[in-house]
Amino acid sequence: MTGPDLLPSLQPSLQPSLLTHLLRQGDRALVLAQRLGQVITHAPELEEDMAIANISLDLIGQARHLYTYAGEVEGLGHDENHFAYWRSAEEFLNPQLVEQPNGDFAVTIVRQFFHDAYALHYWESMEASSDATLAALAARARKETAFHLRHSQGWVVRLGDGTDESHRRAQLAIDSLWRFTSDLASIPDETELHDSGVVPDSEVGERWRDTVVAALADATLDIPASTSTSTGTSTGAGTDMASSGWQGHHSSHLGPLLEELQALTRAHPGAEW
Amino acid sequence: MEAQDRFDAIIAADERIEADDWMPDDYRSTLIRQVAQHAHSEIIGMQPEGEWIPRAPSLRRKAILTAKVQDEAGHGLYLYGATETLGVERADLLDLLHSRKQKYSSIFNYPALTWADVGAIGWLVDGAAITNQVPLCRCSYGPYGRAMVRVCKEESFHQRQGFQIMLTLAEGTDEQKAMAQGALDRWWWPSIMMFGPPDTESVHNARNMAWGIKRYTNDELRQNFVDMTIPQAELLGLTMPDPDLRWNEERGHYDYGEPDWEEFMQMVRGEGEMPAQRIRVRKSAHDDGAWVREAAEAYAQKHEAAA
Repeated sequence: MTGPDLLPSLQPSLQPSLLTHLLRQGDRALVLAQRLGQVITHAPELEEDMAIANISLDLIGQARHLYTYAGEVEGLGHDENHFAYWRSAEEFLNPQLVEQPNGDFAVTIVRQFFHDAYALHYWESMEASSDATLAALAARARKETAFHLRHSQGWVVRLGDGTDESHRRAQLAIDSLWRFTSDLASIPDETELHDSGVVPDSEVGERWRDTVVAALADATLDIPASTSTSTGTSTGAGTDMASSGWQGHHSSHLGPLLEELQALTRAHPGAEW
Repeated sequence: MEAQDRFDAIIAADERIEADDWMPDDYRSTLIRQVAQHAHSEIIGMQPEGEWIPRAPSLRRKAILTAKVQDEAGHGLYLYGATETLGVERADLLDLLHSRKQKYSSIFNYPALTWADVGAIGWLVDGAAITNQVPLCRCSYGPYGRAMVRVCKEESFHQRQGFQIMLTLAEGTDEQKAMAQGALDRWWWPSIMMFGPPDTESVHNARNMAWGIKRYTNDELRQNFVDMTIPQAELLGLTMPDPDLRWNEERGHYDYGEPDWEEFMQMVRGEGEMPAQRIRVRKSAHDDGAWVREAAEAYAQKHEAAA
């Protein structure tokens, strides 16, 4: 077997960490898209079926770009479908938040809001990436994500400040998902990528927190008293890497999600679809 | 001129009746029934395909299928919009669907058992739908005709993607070919029954033709669909599940066998587990979403009052 066929534009020492970064972000987008794909036809109204399908579609598109680029960076001839269909749960590097089950509409929307607030700040920062491919992708993904955040944040505010029942459900969703937000604060082992300007901003977590604090105040919802998550009091320094999805540690929900996603493809190795 | 005369003159001139024109009660209620049934079919039709979104075998197929199901929700919305111009609300029509007082196309009472069924639904069911719907673009009721123009454009894209799925399977592994053949065997007869009972048995044909709501009879549309589809099946190299199917030189059309109309009537009556499941899924989405819709309304009222 020959070694990987490295991209000429890429500094060889950055190759492993860039590949990991692309898989983390691609997995984040794909796993959330998969969760949303399960909601389509079950939304509270037709307009929401359409909006959720649309967001899912954007996330699939982002994942496809990230995986395709990951294949080029890896240099082993793998395509987008390899990364989506032929890796196991331990190899997935998404934050645990996005693999959490859909629950009721409050859980779906709060999960989406926590995610979108992260994703928007991530893509905004990535527009300044020294990596031209990522910077170009970021320009498009930022616009899409701004719409996603407007949608999910709009719903968080309406649910929080709607009826007693919607307020109660929204608060429950926040309380139950809060511990999974520690992953969004930062990805601590990407120092090389920060230093080289590939991932220029290491303060996405702080901006994430500002957006969340402001929106929840608007929604008359409370931020849980800091318990198991580090995000409540610090931004990143205390993130527990032993439980981070970015490192391949997952809840029990990822396995079944991937089984559904991958079963048909894996039953027919080598087939074209 | 009397209102009825004016209506008759518009129909005779093959022009459009618009929302604020006078129309006979029967014309209005026939349209409400037909457009609502069409809207219901779009949203129930999201289910058999929607079930395959999480299982789509490649990211490209997942994206295309998601977009297709999204289009169907959009078609449902335009069509419910068209019924609103006839004086009925979407919420009331949904209640009639959920209580099974209004119908949807019984084709969606068949399950999508394999990935090839997703292809067959696009190729055959959307193909039959287009055959039915292209003439509806000229429907005498303006808002419905115009909604159909947009629906038909998107449906023809859906039909092509369904055919593409079938073609890829038919050119694939032996297992994939068998999957494609199985789906064709399951969906062929139900799709030709989508045009409704034979002309000799159809209750509404004559009056709806006179009103310019319908332009061709059930059997004419069915024949068009058969003639269009057989060459496509030949291209796929699949075998049609009808031993009576052959080209009739004299007629210039394909002859085909007699569908099982008893099965059709069972499906129309909504007997069996699948119709119950389709309504259960729809109704639980609606019922589970009630608190969300109430919250949105409460929020809007609060902030309207404050403004």
